[in-house]
Parts: sequence; structure tokens; C-alpha cells
Amino acid sequence: MPAIVVEGLERAFDEVKAVQGVDLEVGEGEIYGFLGPNGAGKTTTVRMLTTLLLPTGGRAAVAGHDVVGEPRAVRASIGVALQEAALDPLMTGRELIRLQATLQGLPTAEGRRRAERLLERVDLLAAADRRVGSYSGGMKRRLDLAAALVHEPRVLFLDEPTTGLDPVSRKTIWEEVRQLNDEGTTVFLTTQYLEEADQLADNVGIIDGGRIVAEGTPESLKAEIGNPHIQLQLAEGSIAEAEEVCARIGRLLPPTDARTVLVEVANGAADIPRTVRALDEAGIGVESLELVRPTLDDVFVAKTGYHLEKENEAEQDAVAT
Amino acid sequence: MSGMATNLRVVRALGMRSIRQTFRRPQLMAPILVFPTLLLAVQTGGAGSAVDLPGFPPVQGFLQFMLAGAMMQSLMLAGNSGGIAFAVDIEMGFTDRLFAAPIPRFTIVLGRLAGTAALGLFSALWFLAIGLLFGAEIHSGVAGALIAVVLVTATAMAVGGIGAAIALRTGSASVVQGLFPLVLVVLFLSSAFFPLDLMIQPAKTIAEYNPFSFIAEGIRNPIIAEVDATDLLYALLAIAGIVVLSLVLSARALRHRLRVG
Repeated sequence: MPAIVVEGLERAFDEVKAVQGVDLEVGEGEIYGFLGPNGAGKTTTVRMLTTLLLPTGGRAAVAGHDVVGEPRAVRASIGVALQEAALDPLMTGRELIRLQATLQGLPTAEGRRRAERLLERVDLLAAADRRVGSYSGGMKRRLDLAAALVHEPRVLFLDEPTTGLDPVSRKTIWEEVRQLNDEGTTVFLTTQYLEEADQLADNVGIIDGGRIVAEGTPESLKAEIGNPHIQLQLAEGSIAEAEEVCARIGRLLPPTDARTVLVEVANGAADIPRTVRALDEAGIGVESLELVRPTLDDVFVAKTGYHLEKENEAEQDAVAT
Repeated sequence: MSGMATNLRVVRALGMRSIRQTFRRPQLMAPILVFPTLLLAVQTGGAGSAVDLPGFPPVQGFLQFMLAGAMMQSLMLAGNSGGIAFAVDIEMGFTDRLFAAPIPRFTIVLGRLAGTAALGLFSALWFLAIGLLFGAEIHSGVAGALIAVVLVTATAMAVGGIGAAIALRTGSASVVQGLFPLVLVVLFLSSAFFPLDLMIQPAKTIAEYNPFSFIAEGIRNPIIAEVDATDLLYALLAIAGIVVLSLVLSARALRHRLRVG
């Protein structure tokens, strides 16, 4: 049985349709990456799946329970770490996890035992009696993750778990997510980081404007939009001659500058030797050559018409100014 | 463990968190104890001869009369502070953590109210202690003190319910905080600080129908006189009315929050 089934899910806020007929399915034990820019409908979808918001259309079931008809059963099966790590800065880490254990109906002794184990797991035992307000961003995310795990949920929802974190903290969270998944937990991960989805997700859904615009494994999505290409930078020789040679290897792609040739190749790395030989035979000097595989950003551009990471950077710049 | 026992554990845990939160955030604690204590000191020191006015109820002293007013002010502000703290929880997303747990959602509100009630209890004991320390007598003795404590605790919970409902509806701490002056207006238009018989119109008529006048009289009665069953009954009815109102408003606000997210 799939861990999450969503059919035609919709959510409107007055005239604004935040989510417009989302369909998706997440298998048991899978990491599903839900990728999209800010305002795409990721968080609204997660809030509906975690019973925090009623849908205005469609249906969704999590762990076999309908989110509208059986919200308590859904909530008993899920762990939730929401965006911005919603933690009380006045509580200590230990108090928070113990409270979470009580909320999940665990007996006091069992809750305390699990709290200690989880604090140790996320390396917060030493800081457990400090107020959360004094924690770093990475510590808060780890605490939030630990709190979401206290009842050993079947399905874990992580809403942008690494947004705003430094690379080291981000990698720590990734390792923890991988380990949880290895232990059998299904993970529904929303992110605006392509690398995160690429690194972690078994399947990726790209949402834009409240609609799923692409879905599949990262590899299948990349394969869908085309083959890898060879990018070569000329050291000497004519660009026209180089293009003529490369056109015999594969399809030429629009160049990014006057000394660069891009050629799509069907066999990936296997096409590099014959490309080098052909250029050498034609007396064309090459400064650099590399095989560029399609990225999820290429997929994103192909499906939405814009770059996700540039969109995020622009938003961060706008916030900073 | 039965569902009821689990719910009680949740209410207790959330109530304890609410109390800790208040004690750890001085700006929530100050209005509950510091302001009413200062006002009590200023009023008692500056207007003590009011007890000699014709129509003033027979009391041992102005401090004895004012204890109920200080408790009323404290419990009202405890309710307001509880509402602010709840709204802060909503603003920072902490309530999402609670709403995503497999517990009945009314336990979240009850947990907050349990904390507010505990603050009411603390405030009642604080002002009784201050009264006794500075020479005020509790006319009805230990039983009278207990009645005052129970009424203050229950009213704090009822008023906290209104604060929680507003917090749930608006999700804004500044809106709840903005009600602070209204709390004082409601109190000054009751008999909390001044005897009904000495008020002038239209304040007198408003105070006569203000439920907080009934509660203030219910708290004051055992402090300044023998327990009067009628005063006590009216106070309990007024509290019950506020409880019902706060429950209805909270339930509606909870449904609204789930609809709008």
C-alpha cells in the first residue's frame, strides 16, 4: 500500500488557488522530494497532508487514512518538522522532546527514555538543558527532527528542513534523513534546493503555480529532457571549424560564448575519446573539455521556463535589501 | 492508558509549559503581579479615606476592600497574558506542532487555560498574603479565603478562554495585546475598585450589569463580611456565562483556524 496517495488535491484562499489538482503517490519506504520555488504550493500541500489545513477539493490519504475523514489516525502515523523549525525559544531541548512524547500519548517513562535516545542521536545531549533560543540554526533543525521522531512515525514530513542552514549543517541533516529512510521511514521532503532533491529523493515531484509539472526519479527526469553534452573551450583554431567537426559527433547546442562549443552526445563519456581524436586530427587546440550531464535545474527550466536557484537567489537578495 | 487519562496528561503538560513560559518571560509576568500590586499600594495609600464616604460598605480598611479589585485586575491581565502567549505560539508556528499531534484539539486550549488558572491561583494567594501581611483581615476566615481563591482561579480560566479565542481567531499577539486597555475599561466599569452605591450614571448602570461586578462582589464578600450565598451564586453564574461564551468562541475560532490554515 502506498504511504501517501493524493488525487486532485486543491486549496483555494478566496480567489487565490494555491494548489490546483495535485496528484501524486509516495511508496512505502520512499523519499519523495517535493521541489518548487517559494509560493509554488509546497507548504500548502504539506499542511493539507498533515491535517493542518482542510483541502477545498480532491482527496488525500496518508498511511492509509483519509486526511479529512480520519485526521487523528493520520496524525498518529506521521512526524512533522515544519518550515522555520517551530520551536519555543523558552523551552529547553529536553522539555520540548518530552512534551512531544506526551502529545503522542507515550507513557512518561517511555517518553523520557526515547527523549534521551533521540537527543543523543542528534548530538544534542550536552545542550539538552539549554533554552532553545540559544541554539544555532542547525541545532534547532536537529531538535525539530528529533521531536518529529519521538513516536517512530511511519511517514515523516520535512518542510524545507535545510533552508537557511550552512553547508555542514545541511549535510548533517541529509545524513540523518538517509539513515531514517534506511530504517524504513517514508520521507516526504519539500525543498527549494535542487541538489537536496537530487541527493536524497528516490522520486521527485516538481510543483509550480500549484500544479505538478513533472514527476519521476531524478535520473528519469534528467533523461527525459535530453542527453548529456560535451562542453569544450577552444585554445586555438576557428570556432566554425570546431563546430563542423563536432557536428559529426552529435547535435550542436547554442553556445554560451564565442570560444565555447556545446555538442549533445548520445553515449555520454564514451563519446569523449572520438571527439578529442576528431578535433586533434583537424588541428584544433582545446583548452578544456568536460562532459555535462543534465541537472534537475535543466529539468526545472525545461518544465517551468525559469531557473529555480536563480529565483531563490533573487528572493533572498530582495529580502536582504 | 485510557483516552481520558492521556488527555489529562496532555492538558497538564501544556499547562506546565504555559506556567513556565510566563515565569520565563518577564513581560508576561509583570502585568499579572507587579502592576496590580503597585496599583493596590498607590490606591490604598492615596485614597484610604474613601471608606468614610457615606454609602461605602462597612470594611475594616481600604486595603481589605481593594484586595478583590487587585485580584480582579491580576486575573484579567493573566487572561490577557495567556491570550498573548497563545498568539505568540500561533505566530511562531508552535501551535502547528500541537495541531499535528494525535490529541483532541480542545486539549490544546484547555492546556493553555490550565496554565492561566494556575496563574490565577498564584495571584489570589499573592494578594491574600499581601493583605494579611499589611493588616487586612479575611472576615470569613479560611473558608472565605478558599472561596476567594476558587473564584479568582475559575475567573482567570474563564477570561483566559476569551483571550485564547481571540488569539485563535486573529493569530496576532499585537491584536491581543491591544485589548489591554479594554481590560482596564471593563474593570473600571465594574465594582472591582469602587462600590456600586457611590458610582454615578451611566457608569453605575453599566457596572450593575457588568458580569465582572458580580464576580468582584463574590470575591470581596467573604473578605469583608460573612459569606453571602446570593453573592456567591451570582459570581458563579457570571463565571459560568463567561466560560460558555469563551468555549463557544474558542470552538468557532478553532474551526476557523483549520479552514484558513
